[in-house]
Amino acid sequence: MPLTMKKLAEVFTNKEIGLTQGHRMCPGCGAPITVKIALMTAKALGYEPVIGFATGCMEVSSTIYPYTSWSVPYIHNAFENVAATISGVETAYRALKKAGKLPSDKKYAFFAFGGDGGTYDIGLQSLSGAIERGHKFIYILYDNEGYMNTGNQRSGATPPGADTTTAPVGKKIPGKVQLKKNIVEIVAGHEHVYAATATIGEPMDLMTKVEKALSFEGPSFIATLSPCVRFWRVSEDKTIDITKLAVQTKYWPLYEVDRGVYKVTRKPSSFKPVSEFIKIQERFRLLLQSPDAEEVINEIQNYVDRRWERLLALEEATKDKPIR
Amino acid sequence: MIKTHREAITGAQAAAYAMKQIEPDVVAAYPITPQTPIVEYFAKYVADGVVRTEMIPVESEHSAMSAVVGAAAAGARAMTATSANGLALMHEIVYIAASMRLPVVMPVVNRALSGPINIHCDHSDTMAERDSGWIQLFCEDSQEVYDLILMAVRLAEHEQVRLPVMVNQDGFIISHGVEPVELLPDDVVKKFVGELKPLYPLLDTEHPVTYGPLDLYDYYFEHKRQQIEAMKNVFKVFPSIIEEFYQISGRKYNFVEPYKIDDAQYVMVALGSTNGTIKYVVDKLREQGKKVGLLKIWMFRPFPKAEIQRLLTGRKAVVILDRSASFGAEAPLYEAIKSSLYDVASRPLLGSFVYGLGGRDINPELIEFAFEKAMKHELVTDQELYLGLRE
Repeated sequence: MPLTMKKLAEVFTNKEIGLTQGHRMCPGCGAPITVKIALMTAKALGYEPVIGFATGCMEVSSTIYPYTSWSVPYIHNAFENVAATISGVETAYRALKKAGKLPSDKKYAFFAFGGDGGTYDIGLQSLSGAIERGHKFIYILYDNEGYMNTGNQRSGATPPGADTTTAPVGKKIPGKVQLKKNIVEIVAGHEHVYAATATIGEPMDLMTKVEKALSFEGPSFIATLSPCVRFWRVSEDKTIDITKLAVQTKYWPLYEVDRGVYKVTRKPSSFKPVSEFIKIQERFRLLLQSPDAEEVINEIQNYVDRRWERLLALEEATKDKPIR
Repeated sequence: MIKTHREAITGAQAAAYAMKQIEPDVVAAYPITPQTPIVEYFAKYVADGVVRTEMIPVESEHSAMSAVVGAAAAGARAMTATSANGLALMHEIVYIAASMRLPVVMPVVNRALSGPINIHCDHSDTMAERDSGWIQLFCEDSQEVYDLILMAVRLAEHEQVRLPVMVNQDGFIISHGVEPVELLPDDVVKKFVGELKPLYPLLDTEHPVTYGPLDLYDYYFEHKRQQIEAMKNVFKVFPSIIEEFYQISGRKYNFVEPYKIDDAQYVMVALGSTNGTIKYVVDKLREQGKKVGLLKIWMFRPFPKAEIQRLLTGRKAVVILDRSASFGAEAPLYEAIKSSLYDVASRPLLGSFVYGLGGRDINPELIEFAFEKAMKHELVTDQELYLGLRE
């Protein structure tokens, strides 16, 4: 029985979510919303969340000593190793449970959260290792498409044409020239893993995927598009709208890969051009003013169209063909 | 007296056997020469169900130390082991483990740090961690590897210390050399190491804690001060652990081991397996009536300055052997000894000898040569000399 918003509202009337108010994330940031939806889903289903966090905005803004915004167990180790860290926590849980040192009735949910820097780039090896070893944990990526904690530097998740301080739009080079790394395909390339995309503009879809991940006997990975209003240069009340637009333009298709079986979880009846997603963000302003604008936008449109067709084909081809 | 049994084993086996008897909840390790046999032997114990330990076959040493931090914070007794480049790859998390005050014990099989790449013994790997906040112990032989790993657990987990410990053994020389080792019965070891008393375990969801917060200029310094204090507490608590170990084993340890030092005018100071060779040379020179002795360092961090001052003041000369260099400065052990002797009543003449880098052999003749230099009053303080080097 999937969770409903009504159920969540009931459960959390008198119950802490786990991430309390008072953290110092920017108004309109997508990351705490993503975290709260994940925690609420886990708690509403009777799990005790234990959190690992990679270095990044959310980590520094939620735990400025002597304060903490976390009322659930939380560990931050370093930037590139949240998956390895949570794999140690999860293994300790199994060892201590086996030794009879933990209550047997408690349902733990081990979450690792990381931004795109800690996931696509510096933390990729640690993530791959933890998934390959089959630890039961849920990795939630909040992808804000750049190293935003340190002031908007390029990452492997930054889209082409976005203006960042390390791949700026210059006189010769029109900002970042490479496409985003396809992190879900990389994760789904491991055996026995549940991998999905989601975003806060589609909260029911995100909740359903978290629920699925919680019950999955093995590692799971949910890539969420999570706007950084500061460096996407959008108004702070546009966070949710922009993620909805990302889905409607095929920029961020919602799908899952469950042990090799693809399923597109949202199929809009009509799509909007990707330029609508691009044009409302000031991080693309310099691109849009440049002579390369049309070419770059066309390239992105072609890419998202082809990727969508490919996803539908994979869905058809892998139907009822789980790898294991 | 407790009945022990004697086995001919390597240093790596001694480490793995100690780990088997400690039976940690979690071991996360990545193989690297010459530490590999430790991981192999331990993996076999796990595979055969000899231990209930959960093993994490991580994809790198960085993840080994990261997973150990996670496991130890969760409330588990957690261990790993490494060498050289593996230790260097862990470096970032080595500091974090100490700053989180996690009582992790890590056998380190000393090997020269790249580059150029080399697999043989020197101490450059562990010396790069000397300010990381870990306790550092050094072993002369496989027996000491076994004994010191057991004592390290007690030291790390002591409530006044709560710091990680690396137990160093010389790569190949100890790790792959077979020697007789006295092994204690399992139940005696179990009783000696006891149960870990977790402090603020992450898995206690009734009392949620935050590990690893952002700690800025308003508190970081105080937290570092607490680490400094915890290190000092090692001097207070180690003697009782040594005594307890003596009661079960008959083997007496300390911060340093003085060897034929009482009337010695010329004292050599060294770390690790070379001490065995020095003892042989000391015996030989003593037969010739020469007043030589040895001060072996068991504990390098915290540095037992008071013991060193007491034992080295008034000697004619002290010869310090370093198996690592500090480029552009004094070699690490020499520097530490020299600094300790700054305010003793009667300062000896000092000699600095760097030897054995990248596994270069150190033999009795070279050690005798260094003693001869001291006895002939040819030492020049701060003049770094090299043993066994082609110049």
